[in-house]
Amino acid sequence: MQMNTQIPALKIENLVKRYKGGFQALNGISFKVSQGDFYALLGPNGAGKSTTIGIICSLVNKTSGSVEVFSHNIDENFAQAKKLIGLVPQEFNFNSFEPILEIVKYQAGYYGIQANIAKEKAEYTLNILGLWEKRKSTPRELSGGMKRRLMIARALIHDPQLLILDEPTAGVDIEIRRSMWELLQKLNDDGRTIILTTHYLEEAEYLCRNIGIINDGNIIIDTSLRELLDQLKKETFIVYLKNPITAAPDIENVSITLTDERTLEITPKENQTLELIFSDFAKLNIQIVSMRNKSNRLEELFMDLVNK
Amino acid sequence: MTFAEKFIALRAIFIKEILRFARIWVQTIVPSIITVALYFIIFGNLIGSQLDNVKGHSYINYIIPGMIMMSIITNSYANVVSSFYSSKFQKHIEEMLISPMPNYIIIWGFLSGGIARGLTVGIAVTLTATFFTELQFQNIGLLLLVALLTCILFSLAGLINAIFANSFDDISLIPTFVLTPLTYLGGIFYSIDMLPEFWRSVSYANPILYMVDTFRTGMIGVNDINTYLSLTIILSFVIVLYITASTLLNRGSGIRS
Repeated sequence: MQMNTQIPALKIENLVKRYKGGFQALNGISFKVSQGDFYALLGPNGAGKSTTIGIICSLVNKTSGSVEVFSHNIDENFAQAKKLIGLVPQEFNFNSFEPILEIVKYQAGYYGIQANIAKEKAEYTLNILGLWEKRKSTPRELSGGMKRRLMIARALIHDPQLLILDEPTAGVDIEIRRSMWELLQKLNDDGRTIILTTHYLEEAEYLCRNIGIINDGNIIIDTSLRELLDQLKKETFIVYLKNPITAAPDIENVSITLTDERTLEITPKENQTLELIFSDFAKLNIQIVSMRNKSNRLEELFMDLVNK
Repeated sequence: MTFAEKFIALRAIFIKEILRFARIWVQTIVPSIITVALYFIIFGNLIGSQLDNVKGHSYINYIIPGMIMMSIITNSYANVVSSFYSSKFQKHIEEMLISPMPNYIIIWGFLSGGIARGLTVGIAVTLTATFFTELQFQNIGLLLLVALLTCILFSLAGLINAIFANSFDDISLIPTFVLTPLTYLGGIFYSIDMLPEFWRSVSYANPILYMVDTFRTGMIGVNDINTYLSLTIILSFVIVLYITASTLLNRGSGIRS
């Protein structure tokens, strides 16, 4: 489908959600997601991520505000807007007794796709996701990772331009998570706009270009991953040494702690670069085998932002 | 969505619903046949043979239209209430809610399942009845019309029940405490002309009476109530329930937070 690339894939303005009983989940949030973007919507539990996604996909009634999907307002052109969205919800939500081929074909039918085309698309999608051999099985017979992939297959059956994934890798092992990352990257490379919510911040850092952080029903950050990481004031690294040492070296503008005889924890102060630190290590004849961040960089920022 | 796309969407739900009850036919089709066969044996043959004719017909022939209607009512209601509530409970109703289908296609999709099961069981029970007596079909068109309207009416009632239901208990309360008493008091086993004046007046408030009476007219040609009046009342109930179900679904009651 040809689209004007100037039009945002998603435009949310002043979105408010007040549940019965008075709890206000969203306090008038606004943000845009550009076409082709891989956007992470992050936030602690109960921040309003799933409510936002629910409103975009018509699973939750909004109190006020507007949502446009590729310039189609969900109140005025709901059918056009919905055709462009694919949703992978957080919880498994398929009929446990239906064969998975049927589940995917029914979903195609709900979008008005003819039976013969639906069959071809289902075969193609299930093959890509490695589920074709299981097409006659019911979801009860699938592993957790396969169920997640089935959710993605179902969401892709009508070839949506905007794919929304609500914690798609929750509870899956690292191997499956990595394979799903590859798949999502490929879908994004193919031109699909992807919005991802996740509690695994390394996942957001690995996959996404732009990030929105929602907390207590407000968008507190809406920026690029690069700009966000630039806000990181201090970073701590774990450095593994080749030879043992007895005391932490004393280097200007760096806080260094010896955690064991072959491991240092270093926190550079502002304006200090790793290059200079390593050069000082070399002068002291300290050889470095490897290093890593003490914690995920995005995670540190996230904790700072939501605890403010 | 174009008309053709809506039709495809409706067909998808219809096929899904047909396969749902067909897959568990031992639970969905067979019980009604066994129950009705027992009624025919006990009330029709054993007890009925000791009774006088009712309005010129043997007792078994008099009760058969009501027995068929009872099966149609129970099954069309049960199909929609259990299917829609299960889809809410397992959350796969979301598959439909996120799609571009308008709500009326969702309603008619579930109704089509209720109609299919109601009519399937109705035909199965009718065939079963042929083992016990010789059936009459005075007005096939009227029979089909009232059977269809009854299926639609009770499918809509099942849908409304499922929309409000929050637990599996909630979907069994109405059949147990409302549907079954109304069915048994709806003139299946007796003519309301046999009742005292007060109870006859009370019976007129029971919508099932009109369905049973009209179906009986179509089969054996006798009635207690004017057929046109009955059809008008049944149609009125269908319209009221359809508007209610449509309003509830448009509001998102029970399915959208």
